[in-house]
Formats: sequence, C-alpha cells, structure tokens
Amino acid sequence: MNLAFLFAAVCFVLGLHFMNSPATARRGNQVSAGGMVVAVAAAFALVADGGTMTAARWLVLLCGALVGAGVGLWAARSVLMTAMPQLVSLFNAVGGGAACMIAIADYAHNIHQGSGTAVATVLDVLIGSITFAGSLVAAAKLQGYASQPVRFPGGRLLNAVVAVVAVGSAAAVVARVESLPVLLVTLVAALGVGLLMVLPIGGADMPVVISLLNAFTGTAVAMAGFVLNNAILTVAGALVGASGAILTKLMADAMNRSVPSIMAGGFGTGAVGV
Amino acid sequence: MTTGFVGDVTIFVLALLVGFEVISKVPATLHTPLMSGANSIHGVVLVGVIVLSAEVHGPLGYVLTFLAAAFAGANVVGGYAVTDRMLQMFKKRPAPKPAEAKAEQ
Repeated sequence: MNLAFLFAAVCFVLGLHFMNSPATARRGNQVSAGGMVVAVAAAFALVADGGTMTAARWLVLLCGALVGAGVGLWAARSVLMTAMPQLVSLFNAVGGGAACMIAIADYAHNIHQGSGTAVATVLDVLIGSITFAGSLVAAAKLQGYASQPVRFPGGRLLNAVVAVVAVGSAAAVVARVESLPVLLVTLVAALGVGLLMVLPIGGADMPVVISLLNAFTGTAVAMAGFVLNNAILTVAGALVGASGAILTKLMADAMNRSVPSIMAGGFGTGAVGV
Repeated sequence: MTTGFVGDVTIFVLALLVGFEVISKVPATLHTPLMSGANSIHGVVLVGVIVLSAEVHGPLGYVLTFLAAAFAGANVVGGYAVTDRMLQMFKKRPAPKPAEAKAEQ
C-alpha cells in the first residue's frame, strides 16, 4: 500500500514538472491524474482491508464521493471558458473545506485521547477554513459580485479582533481544553478571517490571491496528513504548498505587483479592477 | 510516537523543497493551468477522507464524512477535468509545434 502511495507521489511531482512547458503540459496533467487514481484505489483497499468499514460508513463515503465527483465533473465540463478561474477557486474552496472537516471529525472522535496532533489539528482548521471562505469570496469577485475592493470603517480592527479570537481559541485547543465548541469557535473565527482578508482586494488581483489560497489549501492538506498520520497527504500537500507559493510570486511578478502589497489591501486596484 | 512525528516532519520538509524546485521557469501563459493542476493535486485530500471514514461514528461523524467526501470528490474530479480543458485550448491555437499537437491526439 505504501508503495502505491509512493508511486502516486512520484506521479504528482513528475506531473507538475511536465506542466512547466506547453508541449508536455497536458501529459503532465494526465500523469498526475493517474497518480491520483492509484492513490485513491490504494486508500480504498487500505480501509477495506482494515475491517472497520461498516455498511453505513461505506454508504456515507461512497454517496458523498460520487455526488461530489458528479457535480465536479458536470461543472468542469459545462463551465464557460471565461468562467474557469472562478471554478478553480471553487474547487480550491471545497478542497480546503474537506481538509478542515477531516480535522474536526478526527478531533471529535479522539477528543479525550490526547492524540498528540493538536497543533496540526488547529492549523488544519485555521488554514482550511481561511482558504474555504477566502476562495468563495475570490470566486464571487471574479464572477462580478463585489469586484471592487470592499472596505468599511473599522474593517481592519474587526479583522484584528477576529484573528485574535481565532488564534486564542486555537491556543486553547492546543492547551488541551478538550472541547469541541472551542474548536468550532476557531472554525468560525477563521472563516471570518478568510472573508475579511479577501474582501478588500480588487478583482484584478484575484488570480494571485487564488494562487496564494491554493498554496494555503496545500498546507492544510499536509496538516490533515499529520492529523491522520498519512504520508501521501503530507507529501502532496507540501508539494502544492511550496509550488503554489512560488507560483504566486511568479504570477505577482508577471503582473508587476508584489504579494505583500496585494494582501495589504491592494493599492490602486480599484481603478483597474472592474 | 516521537519518531513517527519526526518522520512526518522530515517528509513534509523534503516535499516542500521538491515543490520549490519543481516549478522553475514557467511561461506566463501556463500560470493558470499550473495553478489548476496544483489545485487538483491537493484533491488527494480524498484519500484522507477515505481513511477517516473507517473510524467515524455518530451523526456528526457521518455528516462530516459525507460533506468532506463530496467536497474532496468535486475537488479532485473537477480539478483534473477543468485543467484538461484548459490545456486543450493550447492545442487548438496555431501551435509552434503542430506535429507534436497531432501526435497527442
């Protein structure tokens, strides 16, 4: 099983590498998809072998995955060419959401056992929900809703307060408070951070923001790997986190902008981003 | 536990370095497909959902598993499909290497 996961990781790296050049890009995507099929098949084999899968668990898992896959495929096939960036942002959002839910479900399950992964759990919840909310806002902005920077009096203060709440409740979870509601406070506050982070940024900067959030999701997935003690999640997540960070910088450079200035609320984007 | 954790961190750091290295000089036209491709790779979170589903119980666990599975499924399947569509567009343009474009089809 671990060899299958290793094979998948190699496919991901090679796939990303092939996507560096237009001539091999499509093959790169196919290599990466092949690795994904192997990884998912290996995961199914793993849990089937584990003997703890009840009928209800299979039902929940398979129904969820099939519904999601169906919706995803339909959306990817039917979307207009011009609307693709929004869709990527949506897929990014749900990826972060899934990583976040893994941490919550695992925490609820192991709450009194002190599994020793509390740091990874809260990081997963924090990063996952920031990217979930942020990517939804980014997709909405690209779609044309609120594409102007949205600022309101006290916005920065509110942002700071929400961030403090998120970090504070996260610290409480790390300090073994062992309470699911505290983790849910972290979740809600981090959603607020994601929302407030992207709202003041203009629509023209969204590709860079989505790339950054993409790197965030990668990191969240790597954290989910720590939570579940699963190496393929850690590897693929770190891979996406790092390459996404580089790509974010490349995209910002190509647009003659700097990432910090975009994240600080974008100077002068209002004039361009309509 | 400790060795397992250190092992995980080792893997994490090495994978970070690989990620930094593998994206080197990407032409600007490929930025969006590459972002989309990386986006579908973190759809590997589906593996995590599958592993998780083997141990959840109770209504909360089932609801979270269902939602997470749906989200991850959409991420991975939709991600690859939309990346493929983006990259197909590159083939239709008067490509610099038409022979290679035909060979792909």
